[in-house]
Amino acid sequence: MTDAIIEVQDLAHSFGDVKAVDGVSFQVRKGEVFSFLGPNGAGKSTTINILTTLLPVQRGSVRIAGHDVAREPEAVRREIGIVFQEETLDRDLTVWEILEFHGRLYCMERAARRRRIEEMMGLVELDAKRDVQIKHLSGGMKRRLEIARGLMTRPQVLFLDEPTLGLDPQTRMRTWEYIRKVNGEGTTIFLTTHYMDEADRLSDRVSIIDHGRIVVSGTGEELKNALGEDVIYLETGNDQSARAVLAGIDSVKDVKQSLRGLSVAINDDGARCLPVILARLKEKGLEIRSVNLKKPTLDDVFVHFTGREIRG
Amino acid sequence: MATEFLTIYWRDMLRFFRFRGLLFASLVQPALWMAFFGVAMSSNFDRFSMPAALPPGALFVPYLTFMAAGVIALTTLFTSLFGGISLLFDKNWGLMREILASPIPRSHLLLGISLSGMTKSYIQVVIIMVFGLLIGVRFFPGASPLHIALAVAGILLFVGIFSLGFLFLSSTISMRMETPEGLQGVITLLSMPIFFVSNALYPVDAFPPVMQAASVVNPLTHMVTGIRYCAIGPDFYALGGHYVTTPLDLLISLGALLAFALVMFVIAWWTFKKAVVT
Repeated sequence: MTDAIIEVQDLAHSFGDVKAVDGVSFQVRKGEVFSFLGPNGAGKSTTINILTTLLPVQRGSVRIAGHDVAREPEAVRREIGIVFQEETLDRDLTVWEILEFHGRLYCMERAARRRRIEEMMGLVELDAKRDVQIKHLSGGMKRRLEIARGLMTRPQVLFLDEPTLGLDPQTRMRTWEYIRKVNGEGTTIFLTTHYMDEADRLSDRVSIIDHGRIVVSGTGEELKNALGEDVIYLETGNDQSARAVLAGIDSVKDVKQSLRGLSVAINDDGARCLPVILARLKEKGLEIRSVNLKKPTLDDVFVHFTGREIRG
Repeated sequence: MATEFLTIYWRDMLRFFRFRGLLFASLVQPALWMAFFGVAMSSNFDRFSMPAALPPGALFVPYLTFMAAGVIALTTLFTSLFGGISLLFDKNWGLMREILASPIPRSHLLLGISLSGMTKSYIQVVIIMVFGLLIGVRFFPGASPLHIALAVAGILLFVGIFSLGFLFLSSTISMRMETPEGLQGVITLLSMPIFFVSNALYPVDAFPPVMQAASVVNPLTHMVTGIRYCAIGPDFYALGGHYVTTPLDLLISLGALLAFALVMFVIAWWTFKKAVVT
């Protein structure tokens, strides 16, 4: 992959005897939204901390925007923006001061900095709060401010660590809009989240990490299809005859009688099998009363690959 | 030009002036020391510290003037030892992640915090001197305005180097500590011997040998020596003792402070370079 902006090779990191990350390799393409998913304690945060130069590289290599994280951390820091999972705002500063401090930390020129601050406060609708200290803001406002701050420097890569945790649905949707907008302007997004719908909506590609290793990678569609757990719910005029017909179709894995009809497990792309199945039933003269196709969600993918037990 | 440290400095000073109560306390507290401790002690000490016979032309210094240098030293010591605590709060509030992940060099973080701590000490020292002169401290006896300006510059030089040294130390401890309570404990443990095993409030000549040796390597002693030289003079009598400070003594004290600050800087710089946030 020549257009990779993040290249991680065989990354490993231990805290004492505990292997937090155990040989992870992946690449993120320039301009994409990449979701990095995993249960609590899977190694996500450790990986992000290494990628953002907050933890040293113990084994393996990481290159971001052409710079080696271990050898040129300061160059890497200039190319990235981060919205941390936990709140990282000085409660005693005002909204404007938070952004001014951030712009100065990233060595933005005064005029450009001041212009961008206005733009950002407008984007997240905090203009009216410019001189209000952070301790007087609501949780959603603080999160919006942190997102505005992360976007302010127009980084090449933006790390978003659970950006919408604890936000109301309106704010989440607005946040997704910002993320798409920024991504549309060329910033690569590295996203972690526990909301699978969020990952599914936003990302071009997904990797799931568990026990310090990547268990699966691909587009959301690929992962969901690969699961082969599409289910078609059918109500027919005669379930007995319908079962006999269905049993003769290759892509049908299993048929079960359920409360209001049949549930048909498909081992292929359900959307492609559905017309075939309907055509066969019609051929045999069976009445079809209702059809419902259920594709697996990313939640199903996630649980399939990481198991059901609750993590620490 | 590399001026990133100004960003850190700007924010720390912003916070310093934002908390009116804390600001007020930090400005008034040293003045209170002068007013109560100074006046009370000097009214007692001056009764028996007057030497029976002073050589003609000798300068006798009342205790209030003598200990004013000590109050400057005490204030600088405490302000500097606590100066790094904002780093610890930043760490606990998660703000340090934002700073450490930004392109600002670590050395500038150290420099910015230290310079703002030094500024706070300077403000306090000026307040102590002005207040002290108002309540009867006889600094700069018979000096011309030019001399006074030079003397004040000299005092600020000694205070500056000393405070930087302790700010580097305090920053190092803060970066390694987990809780403000821990830092508080360390500071209490450090400040007591540093303050009392020194010439801040009394002469060291009469100390037992071990304490005397300790006072010689104590940076506080060297700062007080420098302040007294600038504020009072090279040759004076106080608390029954005769104080003579030669220009060489002064240079030794300056050199000792510089060496102390340099060692502390190297340790702090190394700590900051290795700093990780989990």
